[in-house]
Amino acid sequence: MWADAGLVAGKDLRIEFRSRVALNQVLPFSFVVLVLFAFALDPDRGILERAAPGLFWVAVLLTSLLATQRSFAVEAADGNRDGLRMSGLDPAGLFLGKAGAVAAQLLLLEALLLVGVSFLYGIALRSFGLLALTCLLATLGLAGAGTVYGAMSFGLRVRETLLPLLVLPVLAPVLLAATRSFEAALGGAPRETFGWLGLLAAFAALYAVVGLFGFGPLLEES
Amino acid sequence: MTTTTTSTSTARRASSLLGWASLILVGATVGLGLVLPKTQEQAEYSRLIAVHPPAAWASYVAVGVAAIAAIGHLVTRRASWDRVTIASLEVGAVFTAITLATGSIWGRPTWGVWWEWDARLTTEALLLAVLLGAVALRRSLAPGRGRAVITSVAALATVGLLPVVHFSVQWWRSQHQVGTLLSPDPASNADNPYIVAMLLGFVAFTVAFAWLVVQRVRLEALEEAYDEVILDRAITDRRAEARPTTEVPA
Repeated sequence: MWADAGLVAGKDLRIEFRSRVALNQVLPFSFVVLVLFAFALDPDRGILERAAPGLFWVAVLLTSLLATQRSFAVEAADGNRDGLRMSGLDPAGLFLGKAGAVAAQLLLLEALLLVGVSFLYGIALRSFGLLALTCLLATLGLAGAGTVYGAMSFGLRVRETLLPLLVLPVLAPVLLAATRSFEAALGGAPRETFGWLGLLAAFAALYAVVGLFGFGPLLEES
Repeated sequence: MTTTTTSTSTARRASSLLGWASLILVGATVGLGLVLPKTQEQAEYSRLIAVHPPAAWASYVAVGVAAIAAIGHLVTRRASWDRVTIASLEVGAVFTAITLATGSIWGRPTWGVWWEWDARLTTEALLLAVLLGAVALRRSLAPGRGRAVITSVAALATVGLLPVVHFSVQWWRSQHQVGTLLSPDPASNADNPYIVAMLLGFVAFTVAFAWLVVQRVRLEALEEAYDEVILDRAITDRRAEARPTTEVPA
């Protein structure tokens, strides 16, 4: 399982490294979102500063949607779907590989986006350990749930429009918990983050289980 | 052809009995709700207690039943489980919408706003979005084994939201009151006639939910049978069409 996961994740990351879609399209997109928020909320420092954790996570959520769609779009061309089915790779490994590659890209994007938020919205970053832990747990949840729903809408002609409807409401708890955790960490109340981190971990674990057991049937039937 | 005759007659008597029972029970709930005494703070609107919590309860039951049926389908791969899953998801979406609508009607005079960004309301609205998403997913898939499996996984992924909806009131400071019935503090329990109306509502909405699911399952079975008949007919027609041309001179 782990070897297969490594293979799949390596392949996806190699594709991203060569095509630079994440770096050249997804990252600029997330910065555009940050700038749009500033337009919408009137660049009055007060509002932006207070809303920064939430805005950061909304930007991450939209970014994760793009990353997930991209992760399955590369499998949609040239009958790759059948290739994956016939490859004999362990479906659980496939899930871990796909989700792992998405998570790795998201973590990198989040790090850059965090710099962007701090720069654009004038936020002083602190308690880096808690911020990093929040990012890690939230990203595992985002990548896991995204990959499950990506596989669900994989074979559909309407997948571009259906995936956001399916996955965004499901990801709402991640948005909420990660935002509160960030608020607490940035506001200097590290103890308050623990409950939210627990919720993030539970969410990630739930979708990891759904993915590990559900990916096989989904891939076979989609 | 035999499939059509058996599915039109599935559990006719039992389901009509269930239908009458739900009609009478829902009627009684509404009747009792309308004669409830007014409370001082909420006047007429306190009577919504007869329908609002029961509708929310029915939406939970629907998601639970959908998840159980989904597991049933994934384990046994039987089409009947799949029908229950989609029926439950659809009926659940209806009850979730009723919950939001009655809550909103109550919120306007009581809280002064139609919508409050409150934990319970927001999570229940999310539940509606997730259910609508699952139904949309189902509808964009072609009938068959694949559709059933994907619907099952979608239903299982939905059930994870239930604890979030239910405990949201305790997890976050919320305007929405915490559960009334199971509250350990007897002083916070609502007065007796309200409890009776609400309990009757729970029973009535559960029975109504069951009846709606039975009807939806029958409809799904009929649709599947119809698809089969149409396909059979198309194949027969095509064969009949092809027969003369088989005698093409060599």
